[in-house]
Amino acid sequence: MNELPLLSALIAVPLIGAIIVASVRREQADTAKWIALAFSGAVAVITALIAIGFDYGEGADWLQFTESYTWIDAWDLNLSWGIDGIALLMVVLTAGLTPIAMLAAWRDLDSVKRSVPAFFALILTLEAAMLATFVSSNVLLFYFFFEAMLVPMYFLIGSYGTGTRRQYAAVKFFLYSLLGGLLMLVAVIGLWVANGGIFDWQTLVEAEPMEAGTLQNWLFLGFFIAFAIKAPFFPFHTWLPDAGGAAPAAVAALLVGVMDKIGTFAILRYCVPLFPDATQTFAPWIIGMSVIGVIYAALVAIGQTDLKRLVAYTSIAHFGFIGVGIFAFTSSSATGAILYMFNHGLATGLLFIVVGMLALRRGSSSIGDYGGAAKTLPLLAGIFLFAGLASLSLPGTAPFISEFLVLLGAFTTSEPVAVVATLGIILAAAYVLWMYQRTMQGNRNPELDDVPAMKRDLTVREKALIAPLVIAILGFGFYPQPLIDAITPAVDNTLQFVQDEPDQAPAAGETNE
Amino acid sequence: MSEMSIDWAGLAPMIIVFASAFAGLLIEASVPKARRLVVQVGLAVLALAAAFIAVVLNAGKSATAFALEGTDIGSVALDGPGLFLQGTIALLSVVAVLLLAEQRTTRGGDFVSEAAVVADSAADIAQRRESGATEIFPLTLFAVGGMMMFVVAGDLLTMFVALEMLSLPLYLLCGLAKRRRLISQEAALKYFLLGAFASAFFVYGMAMLYGFAGTISLTGINAAGINSNEPRILLYIGVGMIAVAMLFKAAAVPFHMWTPDVYTGAPTPVTALMAACVKVAAFGALLRVFNVGLQSSAWDWHTILVVIAIATMIGGAIFAVTQRNIKRLLAYSSIANAGYLLIGVISLGDAVGQTMFYLAAYGFTVIAAFAVVSLVRDGDDEATDLSRWAGLGKNSTGTAVIFTVLMLALAGIPFTSGFTAKFSLFSAGLEAGEIGLVVVGVVSSAILAFPYLRVVVLLWLNEPAPDAPTVNLPSPMAGTVVAAGVLATVLLGVAPGFLLDIVSEASTFLGT
Repeated sequence: MNELPLLSALIAVPLIGAIIVASVRREQADTAKWIALAFSGAVAVITALIAIGFDYGEGADWLQFTESYTWIDAWDLNLSWGIDGIALLMVVLTAGLTPIAMLAAWRDLDSVKRSVPAFFALILTLEAAMLATFVSSNVLLFYFFFEAMLVPMYFLIGSYGTGTRRQYAAVKFFLYSLLGGLLMLVAVIGLWVANGGIFDWQTLVEAEPMEAGTLQNWLFLGFFIAFAIKAPFFPFHTWLPDAGGAAPAAVAALLVGVMDKIGTFAILRYCVPLFPDATQTFAPWIIGMSVIGVIYAALVAIGQTDLKRLVAYTSIAHFGFIGVGIFAFTSSSATGAILYMFNHGLATGLLFIVVGMLALRRGSSSIGDYGGAAKTLPLLAGIFLFAGLASLSLPGTAPFISEFLVLLGAFTTSEPVAVVATLGIILAAAYVLWMYQRTMQGNRNPELDDVPAMKRDLTVREKALIAPLVIAILGFGFYPQPLIDAITPAVDNTLQFVQDEPDQAPAAGETNE
Repeated sequence: MSEMSIDWAGLAPMIIVFASAFAGLLIEASVPKARRLVVQVGLAVLALAAAFIAVVLNAGKSATAFALEGTDIGSVALDGPGLFLQGTIALLSVVAVLLLAEQRTTRGGDFVSEAAVVADSAADIAQRRESGATEIFPLTLFAVGGMMMFVVAGDLLTMFVALEMLSLPLYLLCGLAKRRRLISQEAALKYFLLGAFASAFFVYGMAMLYGFAGTISLTGINAAGINSNEPRILLYIGVGMIAVAMLFKAAAVPFHMWTPDVYTGAPTPVTALMAACVKVAAFGALLRVFNVGLQSSAWDWHTILVVIAIATMIGGAIFAVTQRNIKRLLAYSSIANAGYLLIGVISLGDAVGQTMFYLAAYGFTVIAAFAVVSLVRDGDDEATDLSRWAGLGKNSTGTAVIFTVLMLALAGIPFTSGFTAKFSLFSAGLEAGEIGLVVVGVVSSAILAFPYLRVVVLLWLNEPAPDAPTVNLPSPMAGTVVAAGVLATVLLGVAPGFLLDIVSEASTFLGT
């Protein structure tokens, strides 16, 4: 195995970057931007090294690249890192999306008086915290970053957000997450007390599973509600439209694209292996909630008048699919759910970034302020449509495979669930196409001609940052096998706790023809 | 001939502090006014530092200070918790004294020398112009000495003497604010009247417990809880009365009414002293009384104390939400924190160490928070109204960053001492089986996060008013206080291991 402490470097590099960027003087905005971009680039390089060194074989260890350093002995709190296939995908997503989001926000702050170095330092801090949650292999360590992450995001929304309700949105986001986090804290302590003072994830998983019963159910709920708020699952979702609507578009892309995935990732990493019986007990309820979420959020999305809020609602619908996928407990649905997490990050990230480009030009993200905009912005409109289609899971784009796998898996578990969830796809087509129609097609809004920026199509910088996302969405749409190879061992490892006999994950070739 | 053996080394910390307090009185009478401030501050700081060192030298001790012909007399119990709390009080009060000594924010200091002069009368206005009311330093030393005695008192009578010793100077200190004299006098009177009631309760409760146990020593009362034949009603009344007196000092609901008014009216440095040191002393004594004296009757008081803890946690948090004044906000937050600390008291032996850790962590954070409050100024006066703090991040970025860190610590965000303290306290509570209390504590923390967050919003996300308050920098004394508080807050958040080791070793009371 690799000797270098790559996972430590993965956390340390953006943190060091954040400190350096924060110390840049306010006037030297460009210096700060380039330094920040360089550091997030370095993170991407480290991620690539990890992805290359990762052992994708069947018999490989569950967690790889493990490192451990003692921190607070009294609490069994160690700086323990380790990565499995699922976490690897999430790390790749984070490391890839962050520099893109930085590029997308490059000019956002030109017209406002806010400190640019602080903005980029906050993004780097956020990146470090998010990466740390994915690679932690200690329950309490995970909790530390799970909570600490709120602080940079709070300032990114509240201080750099748009609209008059940004403070409200930031506080709502913070309090919702904090309440979830504190409930989880009780469960974390409860777990600690119940198992005699162990926080090390690997020790916990290898130990005898916890006795089924009331205690396990309560602990599961403590963890699950925190993750359900973070994800967010219906009915814990009400903070997301506000936060997503108020955050700067690039930050919203990170919020929905990456941070929300921590919720679903943590359900797979912590809820399922640590509380297998409770997971099965509550699974029907959670699937029910998820299906309601798919339909409800899609219907609400159709009625939105603001682009960012609309995209936020579509995400809630998508998280419903992920919930169905995880809790259907079949290999194909779980594989699909994890692919969904990755692909949704790409597609929704792109959608948010494109919306941000539009909003920066128009000075508004309200749908009513557009209409027939494609005439002067053909390229941007095309990308907007592409991102929309990807997010409604058009075959040929990456999200299609994940949605298909989820529904396939769900069908074997419960036909009604699959049928109702499929309705969500139709509704998705409605909100995406109608959104496109109202903004880009139809009668041209005469006010648009008064805004000179609405005639400037994509700049070189914007093309450069969009290209990798488009390539990834198409590439993984046609050839998802590398992703599936990466996550299959981890999926099998996770599902062994809740399945009697593992079923076979379908190869991608069968599904994508 | 009876032979009394006295552990002078063990008593040294208290002797140093009391002796310096008397010396301070002599200095008032003999040193010329111009030089008094330097001498008094120097003496106070040296005395407290020496007391701290003397406490450290006593570390590991677990014995009574007095013995008669080989038999222990339990009036002063020098044990792990007692020494740890003495050390904490000494350290925190060094910091508080520096804040009391700050002269930069108001010329001649924040204090007048005569509390009783009618507010806004000619004499009052004249004394406001004078500088340097240096009597505050010996007064503070007396109070601190009382606190140090309070936490090692092994019988109720010693405890009562210590309680009066710490309270009387504080009543006076509350009334000495140079600005807003009337509110300050009101605070002093209110605190005095209610405090006097509480003391009376204490004495009455002591009498009842004596009737029940035939002794006032805590260990004796504990033994009587098992084998006394006296009517148990005496125990109930006694415990209730004593608990009222101590919960009053600790600011638990429903004995908290004085807290917001006194915290607001008292000079901010005195408020800091009360919020940090008095809290440590009050909870130190509560821990000792319940662990040493009332453990055997736990069944009798458990329910009522749980109710009080819940009311304190929820009440403090909810009232904090509506506050518009930073000092009142911190007052209610201190009430809520008293509720969390009560979890530690109720959990008895399992939670002593964790409760002490919480006290130390909270003390440093809150003292730094009040120090910042004393720095943010509207002309001559402190800008305590929250709306005046809007946009502080724009013009005084450093101060705003520091206050944000302190607010996040109070809200219990990881990587600050607020989190480590809550984590250890709540885990001790769960281990003792107090699941309900811990859940209420968590919900209360979530509610309480809102007012803290609102302050952060004000600091960073709002535009400053044109006549925004100024931050009085550099103020060497207050600056040191803030630095020490923030340093401790971050250090205990990132590397709490050393202190956790200390409290776990020092968590056994003598006589349990």
